[in-house]
Amino acid sequence: MVANPGTRPTGSNFADFARTFWKKQGQNIMLPLIGVLVFLVVWQLLSSTGLTRLPGPLSLVTEQRTRELLLYPFYDLGGLDKGLFWQTMYSLGRVAKGYTAAAVVGIGLGILVGTNQTINKAVDPIFQFLRMIAPLAWVPISLIALQNVQQAAIFVIFITAVWPILINTTVGVQQIPQDYKNVARVLQISPRKYFFKVLIPSALPYIFTGLRIAIGLAWLAIIAAEIVMSGVIGIGFFIWNAYQNNYVSEVILAVFYIGAVGLLLDRAMAYLQRMILPEEQR
Amino acid sequence: MQMLKQVEAKSVAISQQPQGRSFLEIANVSKVYPTPKGPYPVLQGVNLSIKQGEFICLIGHSGCGKTTLLNMVSGFNQPSQGSVQLRGKPILKPGPDRMVVFQGYALLPWLTAFENVYLAVDSVHPKKLEAEKRAIVREHLAMVGLADAADKKPPQLSGGMKQRVAIARALAIRPEVLILDEPFGALDAITKEELQEELLKIWNDHRCTVLMITHDIDEALFLADRLVMMTNGPAATIGEVMEIPFPRPRDRTQIMEDPEYYDLRNHALDFLYNRFAHDDTE
Ligand SMILES: Nc1ncnc2c1ncn2[C@@H]1O[C@H](COP(=O)(O)OP(=O)(O)O)[C@@H](O)[C@H]1O
Ligand SMILES: [Mg+2]
Repeated sequence: MVANPGTRPTGSNFADFARTFWKKQGQNIMLPLIGVLVFLVVWQLLSSTGLTRLPGPLSLVTEQRTRELLLYPFYDLGGLDKGLFWQTMYSLGRVAKGYTAAAVVGIGLGILVGTNQTINKAVDPIFQFLRMIAPLAWVPISLIALQNVQQAAIFVIFITAVWPILINTTVGVQQIPQDYKNVARVLQISPRKYFFKVLIPSALPYIFTGLRIAIGLAWLAIIAAEIVMSGVIGIGFFIWNAYQNNYVSEVILAVFYIGAVGLLLDRAMAYLQRMILPEEQR
Repeated sequence: MQMLKQVEAKSVAISQQPQGRSFLEIANVSKVYPTPKGPYPVLQGVNLSIKQGEFICLIGHSGCGKTTLLNMVSGFNQPSQGSVQLRGKPILKPGPDRMVVFQGYALLPWLTAFENVYLAVDSVHPKKLEAEKRAIVREHLAMVGLADAADKKPPQLSGGMKQRVAIARALAIRPEVLILDEPFGALDAITKEELQEELLKIWNDHRCTVLMITHDIDEALFLADRLVMMTNGPAATIGEVMEIPFPRPRDRTQIMEDPEYYDLRNHALDFLYNRFAHDDTE
């Protein structure tokens, strides 16, 4: 390589880059950071002045028990005594099972109901009724019906997450443009081809909308379910247990975990949606 | 030399004169739609006998029932009275022997131009070898001048290109009857003329029976063997059928120099705007 003094990258080039990067990204990064900071400061002030008995965010590091939980998320002393990472993973595992079941049943049933007007008329009132029942109300029902606490928790996830998937899939199938159906009829496309080349691609945006709403609901429901079920490893029961023992800052720490995981789940679904849906269908 | 060519062309045109009798027979067809305000008679006593290989254009004011009539040929619709028969058999449902170029193109947006045509060929000839089917698709895309755009998806194509794909898809399955519902209505004048010429050239080579709805008298005079003019609804019927005697293959500038062209044109205009004038302008 022949060094060319005219085009060699220089310090000033880097400064230019930094400046344009700042112009583009600075507001996107700095403004949210300032927002979070103000929120935390106001909260801390409210609790230090004694306006609320809720400890401020600083208690996460000043309380010894909480600090240990914060610093050692991976510890495992057997039984219920596990770090917050493991607690979260157990909860996520339940969500994964219940949500997968909800996706399979919701999409399958949604396609059936969406393609068959008679079935739709028969079951729509039941669905509309059942989807109004809050996750917490399902807990006693599922405990009685299933006897087993683990299964009952998964069932609560399932029953909470299945409605948005089911209803969005149904609508997606019903919304297939008449033009596409007409093409399929003239060409006498086989049912299998119709399913994969017309029905699924056409309904996919709706299915994804349902899946994305459902992942958030499933995560909300697991917390509710675990709180009531007691005696299971999981972030929801952890909160309940901490509250019973009056470890309030532990509750706050766990709530941060819950919020972060919920956000991550939603982002992950949005990413999946972007990856799978073709550009022209978003 | 020029003379010789014309003579040749004329003799070809004579040998290709449509043959056969009552290939497609529309006999005493009426169509009544039930509406909240009571039964609405759209068509009444429509009779038309179409020979194999004929090019028919259908003209009439908006809402008079042109689409309704052609839907009974494609099989999307059944007559309330009378019958529509192809080769003596009543038409009961849509089928690839009567392919339709739909008003809104009706291409699947998640498939490329190639895949859209392939889906049609594959559905109609499931037993053919894949290489053979791919060759048919390539041939027909090339025929409409879209060999280079085969891998583009409909949202990336212009209106004219989409219509070309729709025509390629329709022709690739070699229908006996080709039905076009205002195929060029949404296109600019230049694209429209290009596509008219391509359609005519393809029809000259393949000679399927064409039924085409249009709003454009010049288009009909350039393309059709006969122009079917419909009266206004309700209870619309065929008011007049005009023979268009220009020899084929037709040349646009040549027929427009023919004094008969203007007689025919004025006659059709008189039918539409004096004898069966429409109140609302559409
Ligand atoms: N499914 C239907 N139910 C009731 N009325 C209809 C239906 N389809 C069409 N019509 C009416 O029949 C008439 C003819 O429609 P159409 O065949 O689409 O006309 P054109 O294609 O000539 O514009 C219109 O008045 C339209 O409103
Ligand atoms: Mg119409």
